[in-house]
Amino acid sequence: MNREQIMRLRGLLRKESLQIVRDPSSIAIAFVMPVVLLLIFGYGVSLDAKRVPLALVIEQPNDDTASFAAGFFQSPYFVPVRFATVQEADAAMETRLVDGIVWLRSDFSRQMLSEGNAPIGLIVNGVDANNARLIEGYLQQVWADWLAKFAATQGLSLKIPVQVDVRVWFNPAVMSKDFLVPGLIAVIMTLTGALLTAMVVAREWERGTMEALLVTPAGIYEIILSKLLPYFVLGMGGMLLSVAMAVWLFEVPLRGSLWLLLASSSAFLLCALGMGLLISTVSKNQFVAGEIAILVTYLPAFILSGFVFDIRSMPAAVRLITHIVAARYFVTILQSVFLAGNVWPVVLPNILGLVFLAAIFLGLAYRSARKSLE
Amino acid sequence: MLHRVFALVIKELLALLKDPKSRLVLIGPPIFQLVVFGYGATYDLNHVPFAVYNEDPSQPSRELVARFEGAPAFQEVARIHSDAEVAWLINRGQALMVLHIDRRFSRDLLHGASGRVQFILDGRNSNTALLVLGYANTIVADFDSWWASRHGWSNPPATLDIRARFNENLESRWFIIPGVAALLTEVVGLLVTALSVAREREAGTFDQLLITPMRPIDILLGKSIPGLLIGSLEATLTFAVAVLWFGVPLQGGLVPLYLGLFLFLLSVVGIGLMVSSLSVTQQQALLGAFLFLVPSVILSGFATPIANMPVLVQYLTYINPMRYFLVVVRGVFLEGASTYSLVSQYWPMMIIGAATLAMAGWLFRRRLY
Repeated sequence: MNREQIMRLRGLLRKESLQIVRDPSSIAIAFVMPVVLLLIFGYGVSLDAKRVPLALVIEQPNDDTASFAAGFFQSPYFVPVRFATVQEADAAMETRLVDGIVWLRSDFSRQMLSEGNAPIGLIVNGVDANNARLIEGYLQQVWADWLAKFAATQGLSLKIPVQVDVRVWFNPAVMSKDFLVPGLIAVIMTLTGALLTAMVVAREWERGTMEALLVTPAGIYEIILSKLLPYFVLGMGGMLLSVAMAVWLFEVPLRGSLWLLLASSSAFLLCALGMGLLISTVSKNQFVAGEIAILVTYLPAFILSGFVFDIRSMPAAVRLITHIVAARYFVTILQSVFLAGNVWPVVLPNILGLVFLAAIFLGLAYRSARKSLE
Repeated sequence: MLHRVFALVIKELLALLKDPKSRLVLIGPPIFQLVVFGYGATYDLNHVPFAVYNEDPSQPSRELVARFEGAPAFQEVARIHSDAEVAWLINRGQALMVLHIDRRFSRDLLHGASGRVQFILDGRNSNTALLVLGYANTIVADFDSWWASRHGWSNPPATLDIRARFNENLESRWFIIPGVAALLTEVVGLLVTALSVAREREAGTFDQLLITPMRPIDILLGKSIPGLLIGSLEATLTFAVAVLWFGVPLQGGLVPLYLGLFLFLLSVVGIGLMVSSLSVTQQQALLGAFLFLVPSVILSGFATPIANMPVLVQYLTYINPMRYFLVVVRGVFLEGASTYSLVSQYWPMMIIGAATLAMAGWLFRRRLY
C-alpha cells in the first residue's frame, strides 16, 4: 500500500466512524440488541422440563401405591394431581391441564406381590415429542428409585442384570442452559453482523451516496475495507459483551482460552459482515435488503446451525446445506470452547470453514459492487 | 366506501408484487425454507455414532453389544481398547457415546450379581445426550428382561408400560413442522405490513393518502387486507406441504384451523402496521419488525416449551400471538382439537389484533413527524 492509498483509507475510515457515532442506530444494533436478546433468550430458552403437571390415577389405594405415589410428590420434576378415574384424567390431558397420566390398576398390589411385573400404565402427551421423551426419562428415574427403596424395605435383594453408571462429560448436571447460551451468542451475532452492514449500506445505495463514493479515486476494495473495519470493531464489542454475560450472568463455564474464542469470533464476524455487505450490494434497496436479511440470517442460524436441533439428526442433503450457514461453524466452536476446552481437531476445521466462507461472501460483494458501477 | 378500500388493496398488492425482487422474496423462500427446515428441525437421532470399549470378551457382553449394533438408532464407529481412546473419540465428537463394559461383567452376571456397564456421553449438546441415554437405557432394559427370564431371575415387582398419546411414535417432526408453518406465516405477514406505511412516509406519499377522502379506517382496511390475503395464501401452501409432502396427519377440521389463522394474521398484521406507523424511516420499521420477530419465535414454544421458562418470562409470552397460534396449529393437526376447545387461544389473539390495529389507525393521523 502506498502513502496515497493509506491516506484515502484513513479518510474513508474517519467518514464511516463519524457516521456511526452520529447515527445512534448502529450503536444500538451492536450493543443494545445483543444484551437485550441474550437476556430474553438466556432466560427464555430451556429444554429442562420442571414441574410437569401429571395426573395420578390410583384405582385402589393402599400402602404399596402410596409409597409409589410419594416418589412423584418428592420429585422436583413433577406436580402430581389426583384423579379418580382414567376417563377424567384423559379429559384433563385433552384440555392440556396435565402432560401425562400415571395409572395404577385395581389389581396392582395383588399382581405385584404374586407374580411381579405389575404394569404401571404411563400415558404421555406425545405432541411435543422431545418433551415427552424427557418426561419418560424422569418417570423411569422415579420408578427405579422406588424399586430400590421397595426392595430395601422388604428385605429383598433386588437384582437387575445390568447396572449402568452414566457419565456425561463436559456437562455433568446435564443443564440445557450450558449448551444453549453459547449457541445463542452465535445466533445473536449473526443478526447483529448482518443487520449492521445490510441496512446501513443499503441505505447508502438508496440515497445515491454510494455512487458518490464509487466515483471518488478510492478503489472498491478500499471502500469495502472502510465499511468493514468500523463495524468489525463494533461487532467485536458486542461479542465481548455477550461472552461476559454468558460467563458472569448465566454462569456457563469457559474452559477454553479467551484468545481462541476471540480469534474464532473475528473469523465469524467477518463472515456475518461480509454476508450483510453482499445482501446490500445485491439488493440496493432497504426494503429488499431487510427482507433478505430476515430470511437468510435469523431463521437458518436458528434452525440449521446446531443451536437447538442437532445437525447430526438431519438428513444428508440438509446437512450439506448447513455448510453455507456461517453460524453452524461458530456454534460448534463455541460449544466446544465453552464446555470442553481448546479442542483443536474440532476448532481448527471450523475456523477454516469460517475463513473460507468469509472470503466467498466478501469476494462476491466485491464483484457485484464493481459490476454495478459499469 | 367499499370501492375506495378495494382500490387501495389493489394498489398495495401491485406495489408488493410488481417489483420482481420483492415478489421473489415473498413467494420463493417460505416454501424452500419449509422443506429444508422441515427436514432439518428434528430432535430425533437416527444414527448415533458410538464406540464399544469391551474389556470382557464373553458371550453375555457380546450379546449386549450386538443389541446396540442391531438398533437402528445406533451406529458403531470404533472398537477401542484403552481409556485414552475414549477421550480422543469423545473430544473430537467422533462418538457421541462410549459403551464401556467392565472386565468382570460376565463373571458377575453368571454368579447372579449385577454386571457393570458404563455409558460415557458427550454432553456438549445436553439434549442430544439425554436422548441417547434414553435410547441406550431402553436397550439395556430389553437385555435385562431377556437375561432375567432366561436365567430364572425373579421379576421386578412392577414394570413401566409407557404409551404416547396423539403421536404414538414420538416423531418430533410432527410437532415441529406445523410450528415451522406458523413461523413462516408470521414472517410473511410481518414483512408485508411492517414496511408498508414507513415506505410511504419516507417517500412522502402517505401525506397524499391522508388528504384523499379516505378515512383512517379505510386506509387501515386497505393496508391490512393485502397482509391477510398473502398471509393466508402462504399459510395454505405451507399446510399443504406439511400434509402432502411430510405426511403430518391433519386430525382436526379446517374450521378451527382457519379461524385461528385468521385471528393470528389479524394480530400479526396489526403489530406490523403499528410498528410501521410508529416509524419514520424504513430502517426503523425494519428494526422494529426484527425486534418483535426474534423474541416472538423464542418465546412462543416453537423449539423449547414455555413451561420451562421462568414465571416472569412466561408472563411476557402472553402478549405474543405466536404462542396461541402454535397451540391451535398443533392442536388441530395432532390432537384433532375442536373449535370449542380452542376458544381460550382465540380470544387473546383477537384482543391483540384489535388493540394493535386500533393503535395503528390512531397513529396514522397523530404521527406526523
